[in-house]
Amino acid sequence: MQTLDYAIPGTRPTQPGWVTFVPPLAVLMLALLMHYCVPFLGAYAERIMTDMAIAMIAAMSLTIVNGFTGQFSIGHAAFMALGGYTAAWCSYYFCLRYWGQTAVVPGTLFGTHQLILLCCALIGGAVAAGAGWVVGLPSLRLRGDYLAIVTLGFGEILRVLFQQTNSQALSKPELANRPLFGSDPTNPGWVFPPGVGGSLGFTDIPKSTNLFLCYLLVGLTFLFAYRLKFSSLGRALLSIREDEIAAEAMGVNVTRLKVRAFMFAAFFAGIAGTLYAHQSGTTLRPIDSGFIRSFDIVIMVVLGGLGSISGALLAAVIITGVTAALLGLTDYGLLPYRMPVFALVLILMMIFRPKGLFGVHEIWDYLPQFGRKGAK
Amino acid sequence: MLLNVTNLDVSYGAVKALHGLSLEVDEGEIVTLIGCNGAGKSTTLRAVSGMLRPRGGSIAFEGQNVTGIASHKLVERGLSHVPEGRGIFANLTVAENLALGAYARKDRQSLADDHERALVLFPRVKERLKQLAGTLSGGEQQMLAIARALLARPKLLLLDEPSLGLAPQLVQLIFSIIREINKQGTTILLVEQNAHMALAVANRAYVLQSGEIIKSGPAKQLLDDPDVKRAYLGA
Repeated sequence: MQTLDYAIPGTRPTQPGWVTFVPPLAVLMLALLMHYCVPFLGAYAERIMTDMAIAMIAAMSLTIVNGFTGQFSIGHAAFMALGGYTAAWCSYYFCLRYWGQTAVVPGTLFGTHQLILLCCALIGGAVAAGAGWVVGLPSLRLRGDYLAIVTLGFGEILRVLFQQTNSQALSKPELANRPLFGSDPTNPGWVFPPGVGGSLGFTDIPKSTNLFLCYLLVGLTFLFAYRLKFSSLGRALLSIREDEIAAEAMGVNVTRLKVRAFMFAAFFAGIAGTLYAHQSGTTLRPIDSGFIRSFDIVIMVVLGGLGSISGALLAAVIITGVTAALLGLTDYGLLPYRMPVFALVLILMMIFRPKGLFGVHEIWDYLPQFGRKGAK
Repeated sequence: MLLNVTNLDVSYGAVKALHGLSLEVDEGEIVTLIGCNGAGKSTTLRAVSGMLRPRGGSIAFEGQNVTGIASHKLVERGLSHVPEGRGIFANLTVAENLALGAYARKDRQSLADDHERALVLFPRVKERLKQLAGTLSGGEQQMLAIARALLARPKLLLLDEPSLGLAPQLVQLIFSIIREINKQGTTILLVEQNAHMALAVANRAYVLQSGEIIKSGPAKQLLDDPDVKRAYLGA
């Protein structure tokens, strides 16, 4: 057998077994570091950093479908909201039935509530992934603008559905008196129709999101997206984005992979939504499923460069940071002008750097020692 | 018989592109389809590789009926299609393009050997492994497209207009490589506008006109055929 002087993509060089555990451990350390920074940060900075983490997970997950696979989805917030609502419904009623209240001790690293949150995040992610499957199916036939409209419509449908839910059950004894499934509007069931706040929004969700969990999940999402991008499966997704016919000619099952991309993206969006729902100071509202929220995520992905994970991360940090900074304009009555500022930033970006910050590449491709030819 | 197409009917909506087309390709052959624009050459290849669903007729590959089977499954069976216009993944590196060529393969052991073999055939591609494929010249992209298809280890390679838009010298080079690939044991079904080159390299040829085969026979014989000469060779 002759030897090649380059590594064939997809064949991994042999490495000692422990190397596999380095990235997850690094993620764990980062998350712990974040947690122990909290006392020095103050509540405001903690809040902003939580927002950033949620935005990062959402942006990375959208990168899988918009960036890698090239299927333009503008309904991503709907998956977030669906995951958030599902998880919040689970944790809210779980806490209410077992403890009669949903208060959470703040400042815990990993307590019972965080464990519940993690489980609920998996449930929320799974339900969102199921929805991703449903939305992915029409994408087999639709392309470009048409697919975008379907995803947009999905978000609006969900928003209206959330508005039609019951306002929530309030106390433990009340809950005990309710039937499982109820058709009587004066005494709705506690499973169906779900009491998740209706148009007023879902309040009193356990506030169990903390920086540790946020950054743990940011790290895990990053590892997933990174491993996906540089795997055979990820290359196949990229090939669909580049040229569907040629991808099919390579033996890539285009239809199946498109749906799978939607499911991956929706799963992590569901997790981001879960963290969002359980964040202190938020009310989960139907509007969270709407177009405006989706568009925020699209901005991050486009700004970072379609297909760039590190670009999406950086853009999520920048957008969230700038939004927070612009909140300072409130004092001068300039707050309504932040959206035009974003629009202007996007227009300038499209003129001067139409591929986004990094294009399809990662931030380290631009460092001289790792740089690849042709990446400019 | 490696490939056996009988009475193939393909339509685009109401427009009939192929009617009752039959052709066969034996193992080890180079067979070429020549004809004018719109004669149905590319349509034939697309139907054979499963990208188009035929209205009627049947396609048998290695004696098994594969009519209507999706393209990506046919790749696993050993039928690779190099589409017209090359279908290069412009934003991926050349190496990544090659890796995608081997996507459908289950056996990973002999992969390095096949990479080596493909790159010996195309030294120009080897020089540019780390470059983005979109930055290659047209000829290099065509070479990459063929090298990439070879990595799927096809038994039958469908080539759609490999000479499209290339300089005459490069056309010579590509065709000599096609002959070399064939010598190494890959059967080739070639679609070409450049009838001269195609007939020079092929064993047998079919002449297509408005979706029907009007002539077929050994390539040498067609090269001397007065009708073919007048219509396609410009002599």
